[in-house]
Amino acid sequence: MSFDAAYEALTDHDDDARWAYGTGFADPLAGVDDTVPDGVDRGELAAYCLMLGDDALIMSHRLQQWVTRAPELEDELALANIALDLLGQARLLLTRAAEVEDAGRDEDALAYLRDAADFRNVRLVERADADFAHLVARLLVFATWRLALLDRLTTSADPVLAAIGAKGVKEVTYHRDYAAQWVVRLGDGTELSHDRMQAAADEVMPLVDELFRPHPTELRLVAAAVAVDPSTLRSEFDAVWGQVLTAATLRTVGAAPGASGHPTAGVPVEEAGVPVEETGVPVEETGVPAATGPLAGSGRDGAHTAALTDILAELQSVARSMPGGVW
Amino acid sequence: MTAAAVAARVADPELPMLTLADLGILRAVDESGDGVVVTITPTYSGCPAMRTIQDDLTDALRAAGYARVEVRTVLTPAWTTDWITAAGREKLAAAGISPPGPAPRRAAGPVPLTLVPSRREISCPQCGNPATEQIAAFSATACRSLRRCPVCREPFEHVKEI
Repeated sequence: MSFDAAYEALTDHDDDARWAYGTGFADPLAGVDDTVPDGVDRGELAAYCLMLGDDALIMSHRLQQWVTRAPELEDELALANIALDLLGQARLLLTRAAEVEDAGRDEDALAYLRDAADFRNVRLVERADADFAHLVARLLVFATWRLALLDRLTTSADPVLAAIGAKGVKEVTYHRDYAAQWVVRLGDGTELSHDRMQAAADEVMPLVDELFRPHPTELRLVAAAVAVDPSTLRSEFDAVWGQVLTAATLRTVGAAPGASGHPTAGVPVEEAGVPVEETGVPVEETGVPAATGPLAGSGRDGAHTAALTDILAELQSVARSMPGGVW
Repeated sequence: MTAAAVAARVADPELPMLTLADLGILRAVDESGDGVVVTITPTYSGCPAMRTIQDDLTDALRAAGYARVEVRTVLTPAWTTDWITAAGREKLAAAGISPPGPAPRRAAGPVPLTLVPSRREISCPQCGNPATEQIAAFSATACRSLRRCPVCREPFEHVKEI
């Protein structure tokens, strides 16, 4: 290539190394036994792999956006490495989804050619972070939840999910430690850092409940011993979240056992003046349950915030404007 | 030279003082006639060196006369730093990189949280001072942390136990 034709080089290449994710590994599951366990619905398994893969893909992209914006060089490296681990997990999961779905799509098609409504990630991973405290609060929530989930996935009846879980546990252990240590450093720091960390911890809470709400697909795959029921992860999450916030001298309102399930965590239910059913779900004057977030439904069903559209516009721009491009 | 010996001598692109055998990512080399199937495992799920490793293995085996080379990946059992050989650990130390200690053994139950960076004694590969401190848990690659020695003031990398 010459510098006069830099863009031509994107498509003028006989190597099969795509821009996808940078590594060019044609099939990250090459040589891995691709059998689907007996009695497992392929469509359901593909949908589940998409859920876990989309969580990792979108979270990874949000972390990448912090590179060149982190407070210290060491944190740039940490965030980039965490993003890379999650991208690796996303590749494996999207490849498994494509393989099981068997509809002629590959990991690239799934990552780059779907619209927002077809993504199955939880909304937590979409949010743009207002500051570094918001980032580490969100990363702690994500890593704590995902670590508990991956750890239980290691006994999945699907051998590929079990292998992805076992590998991911080792990685996400470091991600959670990184986020937890920053939450403690900021919370137990200066008055200013404490207050900003408290605000960040409070403001991430409305996004937490969705993580533990099982989707019908998940429940059907739990019955087949393939998937993890996310509602079983809540007590471990609450314990870790409480441990970190206590060490950080922060209030744990909203995450403590018994207070879970309320979307406006940070404000005690009674003080907010909202009548509460025994389940803890706030009820409007009409008796109709209030929406449990900014949008009805769940990210698992494709109900996303506008933030996901923004991410995809960036993430997919090259793939969509240069179909089949390589470098 | 056997295909296994050729594959074992290929250098790791991120830690070129190590061979793939030293690093413990070479899981199997199966020869049949003029064909070879090499099985490797990634250190981390997103390891960007996997493609280069695949190419380097293919090039080395072709140069050694094997016409058909296939490189496969296995995910399980997951790689652990315990698979870095004794020779590999010596080469890391000689290159100024602190080799990993034993990988953590987990008890049953939830994965334990580490709120304070490890105070386990990791000695300085430059001056041998036994007590060094962590600067960052992640370094130029996911598999290394960054530390410094309070005596000789030198920063150094440590291969993280996983």
